[in-house]
Amino acid sequence: MERLPMKSKVLNENQIIAESLRERYRKHGVLCLNLISSPGSGKTALLERTLASLDPGTRVSILTGDIQTDNDARRLAQYGFPVQQITTGGTCHLDGRMIEKHLAAWNLDEIDLLFIENVGNLVCPSSYDLGEASKIVLLSVTEGEDKPLKYPSIFFKSDLFVLTKVDLLPYVPFNAETAEANARLVHPGMEIVRASSTAEGGMDAWLAWLKQRMARELVGAQ
Amino acid sequence: MHELSIAESILDAVRKELLSHPGARPTRIGLRIGELTAVDVDSLTFCFDAMLLGTDWESLQLDARVCPQRHICEDCRHEFAVVEYNVICPACAGSNTRMTSGDELDFDYLEVETDGTPAHEVKGAE
Repeated sequence: MERLPMKSKVLNENQIIAESLRERYRKHGVLCLNLISSPGSGKTALLERTLASLDPGTRVSILTGDIQTDNDARRLAQYGFPVQQITTGGTCHLDGRMIEKHLAAWNLDEIDLLFIENVGNLVCPSSYDLGEASKIVLLSVTEGEDKPLKYPSIFFKSDLFVLTKVDLLPYVPFNAETAEANARLVHPGMEIVRASSTAEGGMDAWLAWLKQRMARELVGAQ
Repeated sequence: MHELSIAESILDAVRKELLSHPGARPTRIGLRIGELTAVDVDSLTFCFDAMLLGTDWESLQLDARVCPQRHICEDCRHEFAVVEYNVICPACAGSNTRMTSGDELDFDYLEVETDGTPAHEVKGAE
């Protein structure tokens, strides 16, 4: 019997692909944002409203992941920007290889902003690096305010927490301050914005964050 | 939920490792799993065993050790175990803390049986 040391990481393969994606995004000046939430928190709706409010000249593309159906890609394609559906066929997260495969159809020089809408799940996507500049976690006010404590990993690893559906706050027993305090307990200094994809002005804070993040990327690329 | 994908990655890595140890038969694989990875060890072991059922590696055992989340405070240098995901420094109440463990998904070791020759002396081994 002999014991061999093994130095590598279990998800080494994914990590290698993620690093190569990150390098490609950097080289081609692509800001990649990976949106993660449980099913039904409003990732697609947030993206729809975002796309609707962007200048038509913005060079944005979207990869949207689901276990089944291309419903989300069809919803998002209405706004005139390039969209591809990634149907995982059962896998509960997107991995680097899926991203790499779908990006092959696009010229990265023609993309400034790449949204990845992950499969609705707060657990597994947190383990898979997709080479993104930032992970963004969404939580809606119809869920529990203790979600950041129940799923600390994704809140710890995300740069931004978008609290969605805030137009429903008057009707649900959800304390936004408690949810935000919980997020900052597992991730002190976490950036947080509140959003509503249906209320007037509900997208302002999120769009301001996005604009600022894109400007920072532009400065970093120079 | 992603334990099946992880079990696959583990077996891929074992296969790759054994390329440089021809003739070695894997008996036990050691893993370090950080609590923040949200990998369920029971579920991972179940997937791992299910994948090996009926193969030459059926007796390969998984030895997964869960590593608790630990942080160090950048202000007062206090190192502490994170309790209930609260990463605020218990010594100085500062929030400027950095994780030192708890997010790993790493191999520890691979135990193999060989035909008597130590694996590193097997011809062709690295």
